[in-house]
Amino acid sequence: MAEPFLSIQHVRKSFGATTVVEDFNLDVEPGEFVSFLGPSGCGKTTVLRMVAGFEEPSAGKIVVAGKDITRLKPNQRNVGMVFQAYALFPNLTVAQNIGFGLKVAGMPRADIDARVAEMLDMIKLPQMADRYPYQLSGGQQQRIALARAIAPKPKLLLLDEPLSALDAKVRVSLREEIRSIQKKLGITTIFVTHDQEEALSISDRIAVMYGGKAEQVGTPFEIYNRPATKFVANFVGTLNVLEGKVTDAAAGTVQVNTQEVSLKGKLNGSKSGDTLSLALRPEAISLGRQPGRDSSLSGEISEVHFLGSVIRVRVGIGGNTVSLDTFNSPATPPPAVGEKAEISFSSDDMLVLH
Amino acid sequence: MKAGRFWAWIVFILGAAYFFIPLIATIEFSLRMRRGVYSFDAYKVVLGDSQFQTTFMYSVIVAVFTIVLGVLIVVPTAYWIRLRLPQLRPVVEFITLLPLVIPAIVIVFGYIRMYGSNSPLPFLSNNTATNALLVIGYAALALPYMYRAVDTGLRTIDVRTLTEAAQILGAGWGTIVARVILPNVLIAVLSGAFLTFAIVIGEFTMASLLNRPAFGPYLQNLVANRAYEPAALSIIAFVITWGCMSLIQVLSRFAPKSANRPN
Repeated sequence: MAEPFLSIQHVRKSFGATTVVEDFNLDVEPGEFVSFLGPSGCGKTTVLRMVAGFEEPSAGKIVVAGKDITRLKPNQRNVGMVFQAYALFPNLTVAQNIGFGLKVAGMPRADIDARVAEMLDMIKLPQMADRYPYQLSGGQQQRIALARAIAPKPKLLLLDEPLSALDAKVRVSLREEIRSIQKKLGITTIFVTHDQEEALSISDRIAVMYGGKAEQVGTPFEIYNRPATKFVANFVGTLNVLEGKVTDAAAGTVQVNTQEVSLKGKLNGSKSGDTLSLALRPEAISLGRQPGRDSSLSGEISEVHFLGSVIRVRVGIGGNTVSLDTFNSPATPPPAVGEKAEISFSSDDMLVLH
Repeated sequence: MKAGRFWAWIVFILGAAYFFIPLIATIEFSLRMRRGVYSFDAYKVVLGDSQFQTTFMYSVIVAVFTIVLGVLIVVPTAYWIRLRLPQLRPVVEFITLLPLVIPAIVIVFGYIRMYGSNSPLPFLSNNTATNALLVIGYAALALPYMYRAVDTGLRTIDVRTLTEAAQILGAGWGTIVARVILPNVLIAVLSGAFLTFAIVIGEFTMASLLNRPAFGPYLQNLVANRAYEPAALSIIAFVITWGCMSLIQVLSRFAPKSANRPN
């Protein structure tokens, strides 16, 4: 197996008595785009800041391209970083901002000018060279910040919630632009976000973090469809969680409310009488019996929300409530609250949370 | 007119009268040197006096050195306090306020005792060293103004993020202070510099007790012995101070504008 480009090994970080990152491990391949996804306070930014050199790990090692950089200062690491607050230098023009790292490195004037022009073309803002940061929109400032980070050709690119200060539309277009530039340059990138849609849409792999630990590291497909823990299942995407009781462990039957569901081969050592949390994604559930869906549960419609192209329906099944979306059809009126309803799903889509 | 507005105008007029009447009276008096007519004779005498020129130039040079020393002490200190030691800010603020509480005469007597010709650091043994001591003393006197001006300037920028952005781009501390922090607080530094200038130009106690040929002792000497010239000199000093204040206002227009910061 090829050696990872970035290797974070058993890294721990404590501030006084508080440990914010515990035994964090991650290997990142060259050119890979890895997102750290998690709620506020989960330690994702702290890990990123340790890779950047702004925080020193209390224990563990950070290796980039085979070189231990754990104790190096930030200005010795050859790492590029984009900050949430843009952090453009207000006293410098756009061109001077982009050329800052090159000037510090002692590059000749002509080479700096050429590289700055190349960067401005890359972010599609060639006419902005002489503007000052205050004359730019948030999206433009963040693109300049990206160009400034990439200009000195860093080994590693770190993105610390670069989109969270932008409005929704700019956020979507800029994340696509970031991904396309990253792919074009083949630069190994770590992206910190608390927005699951952002992480799912642009990452090669995602590290879902909680309480200072990586709960699960995997591709967006794996993270969404095969969450390893209850936290990952709840945090990534919308999830219906049903409480069930194992009635026959050998046969793989579980009782939800008073109805039985077959989960053969999924109970992983559970015993009869155990209580389990079962999870279903809304898109895995259909209203009424559908071909190819081997399991069903009956209940009563408790809420109906007409959202235009989609109708969100909530069905009460005993003490559990299941949320599902159906497409709007002009020929069929939406179901009414209080109606009896049956939901169907494939038992393969049901996750048993541990 | 509403009653509130009426009283506001009364207070404003009283305040303006309190400020302007002595000023106008001084100007008027300074113009009465020639009997029976208004003239600029007092100003001509003052500006033509070689003592005025010598002492004024001496104080200007001392002011420039004081400003340089003040900037060298205050900018890195205020920057470091904001960046790394915010918990020490109240302590540093207290220390910088001490020159307002401790009279200059106490400081200068302390200097004379500490740095007399028999002390291990004989600052008072020759002219150059005494001039240096005067600059150090003035830098201490100007500390409350310089520190506050620079600290206010630093408050308008995101010191930590800008520092980190420069660091990750390969910059060392010298480059960060010289190319990122100082240019962004330059107007604040200039405000502090002009306040320092105004203090140094009119300062009497330290210059007199250290026996320096400064503008303050010259002013005092003139007041004691002449009638119209001190009034003219007061107006000149006033114009210089106001000129400094106006320059601060003009220069603040050229301050680097902060970009839209999120949140």
